[in-house]
Formats: sequence, C-alpha cells, structure tokens
Amino acid sequence: MAEFSGLTRAAARELCERVLALSKSEGCQVNVNSSANGNTRYARNEVTTTGDTDNATVMVSSRFGKRAASVGTNLLDDAGLARAVETSERLAKLAPENPELMPLLPAQVYTDVPAFSEATANLDAVRRADAVRSASSESNRAGLMAAGLVHRVAGAQAVANSAGLFGYHASTTIVHTVTVRSPDGKGSGWAGTAHNDWGRATPATQLATRAVRKAHGTRASTPLDPGKYTVVLEPTAAGNLVSLLAFALNARQADEGRSFFSKRGGGNKIGEKVVDERVTILSDPQDPDLLTAPFTGEGQPVGRTLWIENGVLKSLAYDRFWAEKQGVKPTPFAGGYRLQGSGAAPSLEELIKGVERGLLVTRFWYIRGVDQRTLLYTGITRDGVFLIERGEVSRAVNNFRFNESPIAMLNNLVAVGRPERVSSSESGDVGGPAVVVPPLVVKDFSFTSVSEAV
Amino acid sequence: MDRRDFVQTAAGVVALSSLKLKLPQADPSIKDLCMRALATAKSAGASYADIRVARTRSQAVNTREQQITNLSDGETYGFGIRVLAQGAWGFAASRDLTPAEIDRVARLAVTQAKANRRALRRPVQLAPTPPVKDGRWRSPIETDPFEISIEEKVALLLRANAEALKVSGARFVTSSLAFVRDQKTYASTDDIFTVQDVYRCFPQMNITAVDTSRGLFENRISAEVAPMGLGWEWVLKSDLPGNAPRWAEEAVQKLTAKSVEPGKYDLILEPHHLFLTIHESIAHPTELDRALGFEANYAGTSFLAPPENVLNKVRYGPEFMNIQGDRSQPGSLSACGWDDDGVAPETYLIIKNGIVVDYQTTRDQVAWLTPITGRKTSHGTCYAESWADVQFQRMPNVSLLPGERDLKVDDLIAATDNGIYIVGRGSYSIDQQRYNFQFGGQVFYEVKGGKITGMLKDVAYQSRTPDFWNAMDMIGGKSSYLMNGTFTDGKGQPGQVNAVSHGTPPARFKGINVINTGQGMNRG
Repeated sequence: MAEFSGLTRAAARELCERVLALSKSEGCQVNVNSSANGNTRYARNEVTTTGDTDNATVMVSSRFGKRAASVGTNLLDDAGLARAVETSERLAKLAPENPELMPLLPAQVYTDVPAFSEATANLDAVRRADAVRSASSESNRAGLMAAGLVHRVAGAQAVANSAGLFGYHASTTIVHTVTVRSPDGKGSGWAGTAHNDWGRATPATQLATRAVRKAHGTRASTPLDPGKYTVVLEPTAAGNLVSLLAFALNARQADEGRSFFSKRGGGNKIGEKVVDERVTILSDPQDPDLLTAPFTGEGQPVGRTLWIENGVLKSLAYDRFWAEKQGVKPTPFAGGYRLQGSGAAPSLEELIKGVERGLLVTRFWYIRGVDQRTLLYTGITRDGVFLIERGEVSRAVNNFRFNESPIAMLNNLVAVGRPERVSSSESGDVGGPAVVVPPLVVKDFSFTSVSEAV
Repeated sequence: MDRRDFVQTAAGVVALSSLKLKLPQADPSIKDLCMRALATAKSAGASYADIRVARTRSQAVNTREQQITNLSDGETYGFGIRVLAQGAWGFAASRDLTPAEIDRVARLAVTQAKANRRALRRPVQLAPTPPVKDGRWRSPIETDPFEISIEEKVALLLRANAEALKVSGARFVTSSLAFVRDQKTYASTDDIFTVQDVYRCFPQMNITAVDTSRGLFENRISAEVAPMGLGWEWVLKSDLPGNAPRWAEEAVQKLTAKSVEPGKYDLILEPHHLFLTIHESIAHPTELDRALGFEANYAGTSFLAPPENVLNKVRYGPEFMNIQGDRSQPGSLSACGWDDDGVAPETYLIIKNGIVVDYQTTRDQVAWLTPITGRKTSHGTCYAESWADVQFQRMPNVSLLPGERDLKVDDLIAATDNGIYIVGRGSYSIDQQRYNFQFGGQVFYEVKGGKITGMLKDVAYQSRTPDFWNAMDMIGGKSSYLMNGTFTDGKGQPGQVNAVSHGTPPARFKGINVINTGQGMNRG
C-alpha cells in the first residue's frame, strides 16, 4: 500500500470527533477530505513534470438557529482546528438568518461502496514513469509525438455532525489520457481511460496505439463543408455532451422558470417525454463502473435514481429545502451517471457499419453554454473527425465548430451502442463526475463552421 | 451611474500607484525550513531546487434575493519542493511544515526526478537569472478585505440585490464577493529568497428576468466589474448597489429585444468584452509551451508554430496593433515582484506593429528560443496555483495598447454605418490551436448610421483569429483603456487556475460573421 492514501475510517472519525468536541454552536457539521494526489505529465515523447501531493482538509460548518457559516483549513493540529471552529462560530453569529437552512440530518445508514483499489493507490512515480515510457515508445516508433497525463488520486472523504451522523467513503481514481501528434502538426489523435481501478483502465500501450492510429489517419485530412450531418459519437464525445444535460437536471431552476426543464406557464417537465424513448439516464453509486460516494456533503444518502427512463423525465435533483417546499422527497445529484439504450448494444464498429454517410467524432472541446433556454452549447471537434461512407471510414476531414443542444441530439437519435466508463472531462484529469456512456449515432448534428485547427 | 461615469471611475482606480505599501515580513523559522529543504535536496542529488511555502486565505460570501446562501472562509498552508536531478524535474508537496517532513518531501522529489529519467530524452536546461537576496512585494491594496466585517459585506450585497429587484420584471438575483490572499515565501538554490503578499478580489452579480408566459428568461451579469488584484476599496468602487438597477433594466429589456438577423457586421467591442477575446485569441496562442506541444493533451497547441516560422514573420493585425506582456500594471491580477521561478517579470512586446515578435517564457523554456532570438533569460511568466501544484508557464497580463489618437467608444460608434456594439463578456469558445472562435456578450446594440438604434439579442460572432485581428480598423486611445480579467483561467494537467488581467481600449472590427443563437426561441 502507498505511504499515504487518505485517512482511514478510524482516523477520519477521530478527526471529526475532535472538531465536534470543540464546537460550542447549536449545530456543527464537519467535512473531511484527504488525498494522495500523484501525477506524471509527458510531451514530445518524454516526461515533463510530475507531482506527488498529500493533503487533508477539514471544513467546519457552525450554526446558531438559521445563521450559519463554514471555515475550511488544512491546519489539523489542535490550534488550527480550534481556530477554524471559533472562526466559523464567530462568522455564523454575524451572518443574517438563512431561511433555507435545513436542520442537520440525524444518523443515516449508507451502503458501502468498494471504490478503493490498491493497484491505483500504489501507482507511484516509478510506475507512472513506466506507463509514460510505454506510451511514448509507441508514439516514437511511429515517428509521432505523444503528450499525456497519468493522474491518480487515492483518498477518503467523511462527514459528521453534532446530531450523530457519520459517513466515510474511500476511493481511488485513475485517468490516463494521451494526444499523439505528427511533428509537422498535420495529424492529431487522442485516447483516454478512466476508472477507479488501474487494473481495469486501458493499458498504456493499447491507449497509445489507438491515439497513434488516429494521428496517422488525420495527417491526410481533406476539407469538408459545415452543415448538418449524421454523426457517430465515440463514447467520450457522447459523454462530453450528455454531461451537459445531466448537470441541468435541477428542479429549482426548472420550477423557477429558468431552465430547459421549465414548463411554460410554471412548474417543470417531470413526466414529459424529453428525449428519444430509447434513452435512459440513471445514477447508482453501486454501479461497478461508477462507484461514487453513497452520500452528499451534508450526509444525505445517495441511492439509485432514474433521471430519464425511456425518454421520459422521471426525476430532477431536489435539495432538501426545495424538496420540502414542493412536498417531494429530496433527490441529490451526486457523483456520476450512466446513459444506456434499450435493446441490443452494438459496438462502435457495428454502429459505423450501419451508417450510409456520416462523421465519426473522437471528442469535443471548449464546450460553453450559449443559451440556457434550449441547452444550446457550442464547442469544437478535435483529435480526429472521419468521414463514414457506406458503412466504412473513408477518410479524415477537418475539424468543426458545433452549435447543438444535447436535448436535440438525444431526440435525433439513430442508434445507441454499448456503454463504457470514459474520461469525459475536457481537462483529461481526475476531476469531474464518473461517466458511463455508449457511442451514439445521431442525425442532423449541427456543425456551423470549419476549424482549421489540428 | 451611466457607462461613461463607470469607465472613468474604473480608470481612476487602475491609475493608482502612489500608495505607501507595507511590505511583508519574512518569518525566520520559515526561512530556516526553506534553506533546509534546499540543502536536503542538494545532498540527495539535486542539481537545482526551489521551495514555495504558501499560506492562502480565501473568503466567499454568496447571496440570492434577500438571503445569504454561503458564507465560507478557507485557509490552506503547505509547501512544494521542485528539483532537477539528472536533467529531470521532480516535485512533491505536503501540508505538514516540519523539519522531518521537509526532508522526506525533498528526498521524494529527488527520487521522483530520478524515476523520471527513464522517460526523458532531452535534459531540462534552466536559463540563468540574477540572485535576489531578500525580495519583498505586496499587492497595492488600500484596505485589507479580510479586515472588513462580514456584516458590512453581506449588507452591501443584499442592498445591491434589493436595488435590482425594485426593477419590474427582474425576478431573481445572485451576488457574491470573493477574496484571496496568498502569502508566499520562495527560495531557490540560485540564491533567491523572496516573500510576497498577493491579494485578489471579485465582486459579482447576476440578475435574471423571467417571462413565464412566453417561457423566456434572460440574464445580465455584472460584466463591467472586473476581478482585480486590489482590496476592499475595489468593492466600494465597483458600486454594485448603484449599478444594479441598470443591469436589472437591461435584463428585462433583453426579453423583448430584437433577435439579430445573421450576417456580416462591423463590431464595436468595448474593453469589458474585448479583454476576453484578447485572452483567448492572443494571450493563449503566444504561450511558448503550447507552441512547442507541451500542452497538446488538454489546453492544446498554437497556430503560432513552429517559433522559427513565426517570430518577426507572422502578421497578426494592423500596423497600430501592439500587444504587451507584463506583470506590473497596478491592480492587475498577474502583478507580482517575482514569478515562481524567482524571476522579476519584464514588461515587453509580444506583438509589435502587428507582427509577432515574442512568446511568453519560463526559465526551462528559454533554451528552445535562444537559437532564434539570441535571448538567454526568462520573461518571468512562471506560476503555480498553490503550494500543492508544480509551477509552469502561465500568461502574464496580455494587453492591447491604446492607439495614438485619443478616440473613445462613442467616436467608434459615430463612425459606423451598419454595426453591432457589444458590451461585456458572454459565452466563449475557441479551438485548441486558437483559430476558430465564437463569442457572445452581455448586451448588444444595433448601430445604424453612426447611432445606437436599439437593443439586440441572440448575438454571437464567429471568426478566425488572423482574419479577425486583421479586420481591426479603429482603436480607442489612452483615456478609453480599461482592464478586466479572469479569476480562474484553466491550463495544465492536473488542471490549475490562474488569475490574469487584460487591458484594452475599445476597437472596431470590419465585416465579422454574426450568427443567431436563439434557435427559434423568440418566435414561439
């Protein structure tokens, strides 16, 4: 086991108890986060920078009636903790009342989520450098240049409060992403993998091989006009866009009339069909490919939640205040999600075979909101767009800017493939939710201009 | 306060520079730990080492309508040791500031560097930099924001919210204040020791107008209020309560504004909008690490590559276009005395008379450019988000210098026959080589025959960086120059954020492609 990979359950509990013992407020909540964060970067087929950081932080939230304030610190000696508790109490007394402040939750029962992998925790600088060497050698042999990141976090989070609640969750995450480019700048390919378990992540050589193949392919890219195309979105590309919808599943925004999920005239769209009936989106901490925390920051248990089932909006995320106000059960959105289709789940290759003419997209980038009313987003394709003709990839083409809504996209669905865990955050590091998505075939996807970038 | 008054107020604050600054003190025990770290790293085999000991305090106050939604204070303390051994970098960090942990972490960094040797091809070369025996620097703040009571902060925000909600049609409002103080001690084996005390603050509002019957809503953010490297005085100057009614009125007006007809327009972009276009389409592509491929996996590369085909050859824009890199403009977010390489940053031109003449550099990058430029020292653009992160190249303030004639935005509007005047930042997206971009804004005005004729909405412009900057044909003068900036610019893997300012006058761009982003929302 690595030297430090987050606080143990006993150490986290002891830390929480030390804080709670110092508290003089009417209610106190403690959140502990601890992690060993290790990363190795590479570029131009060699290691560049690297880092190993151990840290542990405590957030103390104190309350007096409806007044509350939080103070965070990583100074965990007695003096540091005492100062954090005192400051949070002083600030809380000065704060105006927050009418939306909910009472502390009493003790809860959480299911254990086996999200900690020893193999991931043990990925030290030497093992990371070995992974870098494997990936770089692959690219170097092909006469190309690889740049990437091997990033692992091993850690634990805990929540406790003065009403007797305690939750603990240990986890590891590993992400390896690599971009392979041709030295003349004409070709670029990408591949990535993410999981809790290094043993279930794609091996470095295999990852690099995939990126090398794409980089080679895109060197001879030919121009193609913007317009509406049928697209085959690789799982990462699908994840890039579906996440935008997942984050918009907020009940209050909808009820207040400022969301796609707002109903004209008031209320929200729960119960309405919002996307193609083959689409189901759900969260489940126990999903072996998600393995997310079984509780929220305030200790609310997170269970299996169906957000969209067979195209119908089943749930929106309700925090405790809004749930009480609306007379419904609180529904937290936390950790991650899975999108799955109904029926057969073909592979990416099988999906491509079914397309007469379309574009295969590796991933999207620099995605930013344009219009919240329609969930319209803009962004760019990168690291491989390929023309599909008569069921086969015929040639690489230029990159495009898109202006598209994930809602429109999931209404224009042609086919849904086999879901897999992806690295879907643009930053290609450990940050972001756990995402399991399939490759998707979508018609009338809107590319609005050409990007010359490679 | 109307726009012109606001502009003058902001310019007045930017000009401050004559304050008597209280310089930070060096803590002898921290200095001892720094020296210990360097000695341990050396004895473990490092050819070079540096250490940053940082204590960062942050505070956030968030409200919506007439209630508080978050009041939080945070402190993080720790150190990061960076070493070169056998030509490879190593970096390790810890929150436990004890002699034993300093030794462990220093040795870990060296072990790591040695492990990295196996995947290294070109040993790192570090550019020389002069010693700094005892450097001290502090942000030019007048009032420490952490000394201001929470009651005063909350009261200011709730007053601003109340002012916004007095406007009929304004339904929701959020507002916030964010403060950061970085106390940073740096030491390196190149005989450098500095202590710096850096402040940043960011007052913000967002007002939402809703038309439930038509299923429409519009936001107006406080885009003219910049994040700055200043103290509480900046919050007062920003005057959220005084500006809130105008922002709220504009949010309401946007509900019924005319949806733009797509096509080519002359765009007049004022500084609180144009700064972001500069950030994305000039500041990022002139980062040397991007041009060389070091950031290919996330932030991307640059169309300004390879450097030998770019420097003194590529025309970026018209003759009157001059782009400056600096970390010295008073109140700017990037300002500091020394960067995280221990280098005193320079003020220099990146684009001169429209031609690219330089990149942003750090000590470990200079050798890549020396054969082309002959230059042997860094410009001082090295930065790490915190003690826990390894430092690398981050942009300085990158600014468009004002034109010779002292034109103002009204002069640009008066000279425009068929255009759109864009105020404030909106949505933004650009490709990974910084060619193709799309920008929205906060408020859009139709300009016909030299006059503003009404408000527009659903506006975004798409262009290609060289086409766009070469279409710039008018630029404001000195008195119209303003700074805005970003509090959280992302780069690097794992991602790190950086705060940076960009100064610019207003400018006009001829015949830029405008699209309608409304997707039929306004016809239903």
